[in-house]
Amino acid sequence: MASTHIIRAYDDELKFLFRRISEMGGLAEQMVSDAVRALVNADAALAQKVISDDVILDNAEREIGDKAIVTIAKRQPVASDLREIMGSIRIASDLERVGDLGKNTAKRVIAVQGTGVPRSLARGLEHLSELALAQLNEVLDVYATRSPEKARSIRDRDEEIDAMYTSLFRELLTYMMEDPRNITTCTHLLFCAKNIERIGDHATNIAETIYYMATGAQPEGERPKDDTTTSVGAPSEQ
Amino acid sequence: MNNLSNITTTTMPATTKVAAMNLSKISARDVQVYYGDKHALKDVNIEIRPRSVTAFIGPSGCGKSTFLRCINRMNDTIASCRVEGNIAIDGEDIYDPKVDPVQLRAKVGMVFQKPNPFPKSIYENVAYGPRIHGLARNKSELDDIVASALQKAGLWNEVKDRLESPGTGLSGGQQQRLCIARAVAVSPEVILMDEPCSALDPIATAKVEELIHEIRENFTIVIVTHSMQQAARVSQRTAMFHLGNLVEENDTDKMFTNPDDQRTQDYIMGRFG
Repeated sequence: MASTHIIRAYDDELKFLFRRISEMGGLAEQMVSDAVRALVNADAALAQKVISDDVILDNAEREIGDKAIVTIAKRQPVASDLREIMGSIRIASDLERVGDLGKNTAKRVIAVQGTGVPRSLARGLEHLSELALAQLNEVLDVYATRSPEKARSIRDRDEEIDAMYTSLFRELLTYMMEDPRNITTCTHLLFCAKNIERIGDHATNIAETIYYMATGAQPEGERPKDDTTTSVGAPSEQ
Repeated sequence: MNNLSNITTTTMPATTKVAAMNLSKISARDVQVYYGDKHALKDVNIEIRPRSVTAFIGPSGCGKSTFLRCINRMNDTIASCRVEGNIAIDGEDIYDPKVDPVQLRAKVGMVFQKPNPFPKSIYENVAYGPRIHGLARNKSELDDIVASALQKAGLWNEVKDRLESPGTGLSGGQQQRLCIARAVAVSPEVILMDEPCSALDPIATAKVEELIHEIRENFTIVIVTHSMQQAARVSQRTAMFHLGNLVEENDTDKMFTNPDDQRTQDYIMGRFG
């Protein structure tokens, strides 16, 4: 925001939204990283903390929605101000979903505690979450700088996460086929992997929103996809 | 001096010329306006589309009203004012010495900031124009014109039972709609509005805006407004003036979501440039 409004209270309202989104982003990142750590270390206490933190994100999203509505009603925003406010609402909702996915992963910690997570799978999940968290972290940086080029480049990288998820999916199937006693744990882990993959999608949504906020145009073309799990096991595969 | 009719005939085939005419009711080329030494409007070029509403916006003193007043030669009445360049309506140069300003103003009506009804009856306010321009052959024709103009202006139901009472006795919003009826009565092609709602309350403003929406099918409307929201609500095209320059002219939808010019952006968002 290079220039300031003649009415300073308007600037304060926009700054408030910006600050709350940044806070939500930081908390969402923390929740996801804690959830994955709790999962691989079978740390039920940490998992519980993630579950209880989710309400903070939920409240922040509602607060952002309420403030945005009031600002629209009072200021009749146009052009980039309007895009800023609409973008805030969308980003807050993506971050709230990221928190939900972290929470859902944390809930599964207790279910898999008995059997533990096989080392190689834990590494795979950690790696997947590193990719998703790096993407989330970068997208939050881009939220601060509003660089449309960087927003685009994040969007174009979602396929890395998709590819990693597909490979984990296959690996989990293999374990289940090897020994049916693995099915319960592996199914939970499959949901965890899916949760983390979805976090990447939300980071991509946020990147697209930021691109729109900065340029006023929707990013062109389809986002690249490399999640091929929907066809795993299909006749053509064998 | 550039002349639109010359340009179109020499550079465009006949079919394109017709298409260009349909896209442009009013065409301004390299318009300069001076008040004495002050260069108030610089190099204004714009094509104003027929049967639509074009809004002029910009800070006070930017030249938007000056340009509006050029379109029906209202600036002729200001001794120190000099207009250069070319303004054409349907390809006819309105500053041509052969053009009679009175006839021009019958074709290009105007509604002002403050409602200014004549100190006469409601009926006479509307009948005055058609009568001096000889648009009615008898009283019954004149009655029809008055009724039709008041209906178009959305005022008929409110005044039909008191057409002989003074126009000045109406409320501000009704007076403004009476002025619009007066402008419409002579069947103009273009209606210029200079901040027509700035003296009206929100309800009266909404009625005038609704009226603009209703009549735009039949007229080319150019409106100067200080209310950005009004420009966004009523117009299809918006032109932004700044320090005597036309800095951007765009579809209204684009102008208020993603304008091209930084000065437009700062102005409509209420920011310091």
